[in-house]
Amino acid sequence: MQTFVAALLNSLDLGILLFVIAVGLNIIFGVLNVINFAHGALYMLGAYCAYTAIGLLGLPFWLALVAAPLVVAAVAVVLERLMLHRIYDRSITDSLLLTFALLLIIDESVRWIWGTSIHIVDPPVGLRGTFTVFGAQHPVYSLFVMAMGVLVGVGLWLFFTRTRAGKVMRAAASDRKMSRLVGINVPLVFTGVFALGAGIAGLGGVVAAPMRAIGPAMGANIIVESFIVVVIGGLGSFPGAFLGALILGAIHGFGSRFLPDLNLVLPFIGMAVVLLLKPHGLMGRPAT
Amino acid sequence: MSTTPNPILKTEALTKRFGGLTAVDGVSVELMPGETVALIGPNGAGKTTFYNMVSGRMTPSEGRVVFKGDDIAGHPPHKISRLGISRSFQITNVFVELTVRENVQVALISHRNKSLRMFRVAARDRALRQEADEILARLGLDGVADQRTGTLSYGDKRLLEIAIVLATEPELVLLDEPTAGLTPDETKHVIRLLAKLREDRPYTFFITEHDMSVVFELAHRVFVMHRGGLLAAGTPQEVRDDPEVRTAYLGDEDESAA
Amino acid sequence: MSAGRLVVWGALAAILAALWWLPSWAPYFYIFVATEVLILGLFAGGFNLVFGYTGMLSLGHAAFFGFGAYISAMLLLHLQTPLILALLAATAGGGLLALLIGFFCVRLTEVYFTMLTLAFGMMVFSIAQQWRSVTNGSDGITGFTVGDFGIGLDLVLGNPAVFYQVTLVVVVLAAALLYLITISPFGLILRAMGENPERVAFTGIPVRRYRLYSFAISGTFSGLAGGLFAPFTRVASPDMVHWAQSAEPVLMSILGGSTTFLGPFVGSAIFVLLETWITSFTDRWMLFLGIVLALMVMYLRRGLFGTAVDWLRQRRTRSS
Repeated sequence: MQTFVAALLNSLDLGILLFVIAVGLNIIFGVLNVINFAHGALYMLGAYCAYTAIGLLGLPFWLALVAAPLVVAAVAVVLERLMLHRIYDRSITDSLLLTFALLLIIDESVRWIWGTSIHIVDPPVGLRGTFTVFGAQHPVYSLFVMAMGVLVGVGLWLFFTRTRAGKVMRAAASDRKMSRLVGINVPLVFTGVFALGAGIAGLGGVVAAPMRAIGPAMGANIIVESFIVVVIGGLGSFPGAFLGALILGAIHGFGSRFLPDLNLVLPFIGMAVVLLLKPHGLMGRPAT
Repeated sequence: MSTTPNPILKTEALTKRFGGLTAVDGVSVELMPGETVALIGPNGAGKTTFYNMVSGRMTPSEGRVVFKGDDIAGHPPHKISRLGISRSFQITNVFVELTVRENVQVALISHRNKSLRMFRVAARDRALRQEADEILARLGLDGVADQRTGTLSYGDKRLLEIAIVLATEPELVLLDEPTAGLTPDETKHVIRLLAKLREDRPYTFFITEHDMSVVFELAHRVFVMHRGGLLAAGTPQEVRDDPEVRTAYLGDEDESAA
Repeated sequence: MSAGRLVVWGALAAILAALWWLPSWAPYFYIFVATEVLILGLFAGGFNLVFGYTGMLSLGHAAFFGFGAYISAMLLLHLQTPLILALLAATAGGGLLALLIGFFCVRLTEVYFTMLTLAFGMMVFSIAQQWRSVTNGSDGITGFTVGDFGIGLDLVLGNPAVFYQVTLVVVVLAAALLYLITISPFGLILRAMGENPERVAFTGIPVRRYRLYSFAISGTFSGLAGGLFAPFTRVASPDMVHWAQSAEPVLMSILGGSTTFLGPFVGSAIFVLLETWITSFTDRWMLFLGIVLALMVMYLRRGLFGTAVDWLRQRRTRSS
C-alpha cells in the first residue's frame, strides 16, 4: 500500500508538471501551427534562471517564480521577432527546421552561460520537508507543484474563454485571414502567443527546479517527454494534454517502482501502442 | 435483342455530414458505361463533396458507392484508382517540380506496376517514355514534354491534369471542373479534346461544370445538385427546361458562353 | 552524350581522382578530415532520400547511424570480423531498425512524423546510454582494432591513408547505388510524393507504404555510414545516437541543398571544414550550427550547391 501511494503521488506531480509543459506546446501549435522544438530548452532556461536568482543571487523563491517566466518570455519575443515570424507562411517543414535551430541555439547558450555541472535548488522555506500519508513519506513541495499545475490549467482555461485577449488568440488560431479582416493584429497576436507558451514553459522550469536536478540534459529529456504526452493525448487538445500527461506520469511513477528494467522504454511502448490503436492520440484530431 | 447493361457507377442514398452541416443528402444516381454525364449545381451544392466520396477522398456518413458491382465506399484513393476510377482536381494538382513528361510517367509507373523498380534508370525506360509521349500528344502537350511543369501556362496545366488522369487507363473518369479558369478558346479546345477521346475509347465521363457550353456539347445526361440533394436528372434539354432547375440555378445566373 | 553532361561527368571523374590521391598531395591531417567528410556525406545523402526526395523531416536519423556504429564496433571487438562483414551487418542493422521505427512514424504526416522520429531517436539514445551491460554506457565501446577488410584484400587498415581510400571506395559505391535508386521509377515516385503525396495516392500508389520503404532504405545507408564511423573514430558512443548527431545530416542537406543528389555531400564538406575551423578556437560549435541552420532556412533554403545549380539551370534556359 505504501509503495502504491508513493508511486501514485509521484505520478501525480510528475504528470501535472508534464501537463504544464505540454499545454504551452499545444497553445503554440494551436495558434501558430508550429511545433516548438525549443520548448524544452525554454523550460530549461526557466530552471536555470531560477537557479541564478535563488542560488547565485540569493533572491526569494517567490520572486524567481515571477521573474524567470518573464525572462523566458522576453527571450521568446526576441527569437520570434528575429526569426520565427518570417516563416509562418512557409511550409511546415521550414518551421520545424527553424524551431529545431532555436533548440540548438538555446540549449547551447545555456551550456555556455551556466556550464555543464548539475545544480540543486532548495524549495522555499515554507514548502520544505515531507509529510506522511498511508505510511509513505512525500515531499511537501510536491503538493505545491500539483497546486501550481492546477492553477495554470484553470488560469489558462479562464484566459482563453473569458478574457478578450484569449478570445482574440483563439480567433487567430481558427482563421488567420478572417482575423486580419476584422482588424486583429495577427502578427502581434502570434508574438504574444509564442511568448505565452514560452512563459509557461519557463514557469514549469522554475516550479520543477527544486524538484529535479538542474542540468544541461533537462531540455532534451523534457521535450521528448512532452512529445510523448502530446502524441498520446492528441495534438491540439487540452483535455488530451491533461490525459496524456497523467498517463505518462503514471508510467513513470509506477514503472520506475514495479518495472525498473523497462522504465526507459515503457513510455515509448505506451506511445507506440496508442499510435497503433488511435493514430491521432486519445483525444486528438488530424492536424490540418 | 439488346440486354440492359449494368450501371458502371451507382450511388445509393449517399450522404455526408460535417458536424451539423449536411453537405450531401441522400443522393442516388446511376451512370451507364460509355456515357458522359455532367453534374451541375450552384457553388456549395455539394458537388465536390459528392466527387470526393466517389473517388475515395472522403468517407460517406451513409449510403453506398458501387462501382461495377463492388462497394467502394470508404476505400482509400489508391485502391479506387486501381479499380479503374481516376479523377482530376478543380484546383490544379500537378507535380510542379517535375517535367511534364515525368508528371505522366508517375501515373504510368504506378499503373504499369513499375513503382518498385529501384535499379533501373527511369529516363532510359523506352516503353515508359513512348507511352508518356503518346498521351501527351493526344492532349497536344508533346511540345513541352521536357519543360518543368512550373513554367507551363495555366491552360496547359489543366490539360496536364487530364493527361495524368488518362495515364492510368481508367474506365470511369471524374473531371472536376476541367475548364475552370480557361479562356473561351481553351474551353473549346478541351471540349473537342474530350469528344475525340471518347471516340477512341469507351470512357465514362463524369464531369462537374459551371460552363454550360461544355455541358450542352458533351453531356448525354445531366444531374443537378442543389443544397446537397439531387434536384433533377435528364438530358441537357430536359434539365434546361425544368422549371425547378431554372429557379434554383439557371434562373439566378447569367448563362455563360453557349 | 551532350557537351553539358560530358563536362559534369568529367568534373566528377577529376574530383574522384583527386580524392583518391589525396594522401599524396594533402597535409596528413586532411586525410582524417576527408574520411569524415565522406562518411558523414553518405549519412547525409541517405538521410536526404527521406528529406529532400520524399519530403519528410526526420530528426532521429542518428538512431540508424549510431546503431550501425555499435554493431560494427561490437563485431570488431568481440569477433574480430573482417571489416566488410562488420559493414554489411551495420547496413542491415540500420535498415531493420529504420523499418521498425519507420513503421510507427509513417502512420502520420509531417508534424507528428518529425516529433516521433525525434522521440524514437532519443529512445535509442537512452538505451545506448543506460544499457551498460551491452553498450558500456556513456563510455562507449572502445579498444577494438580494425583487422583485415575481407574478401582476400590485403590491406593495412590501421594506416589512415589506406582506411581513407577504402572508405572512399565504399562511399562512392554506396553513393552510386543511392543515385541509381533516385533516378529509378521508384525514385520518381518518391519525388512526386515529396511534392504532392495526395496526387500520387490518386494514381494508385499506397503512399504510406512507400514512405516506409524510403525510410528503411535511408536507414541502410545511414547504418553503413555508422559502420564506417566506428572503426574510423575507434569508438561507438551514445552521442552518435543523440539528436545533436541527427542534426548534422539535416544541416548538411540544408547547407548543400536538399534538392540535388550531390547537395548533401557538398554540405558535408562545407560542414566538416567549418567545424574543423570553428572548433579550433571555440567550443561553441553547436551554437554556431544552430545559427547557421536558422540563417539557411530563412534566407537560402535551397542550399549553396542547390542555389548554384538553380542559377546555372536558369542561365541555360534563358540562353536557349
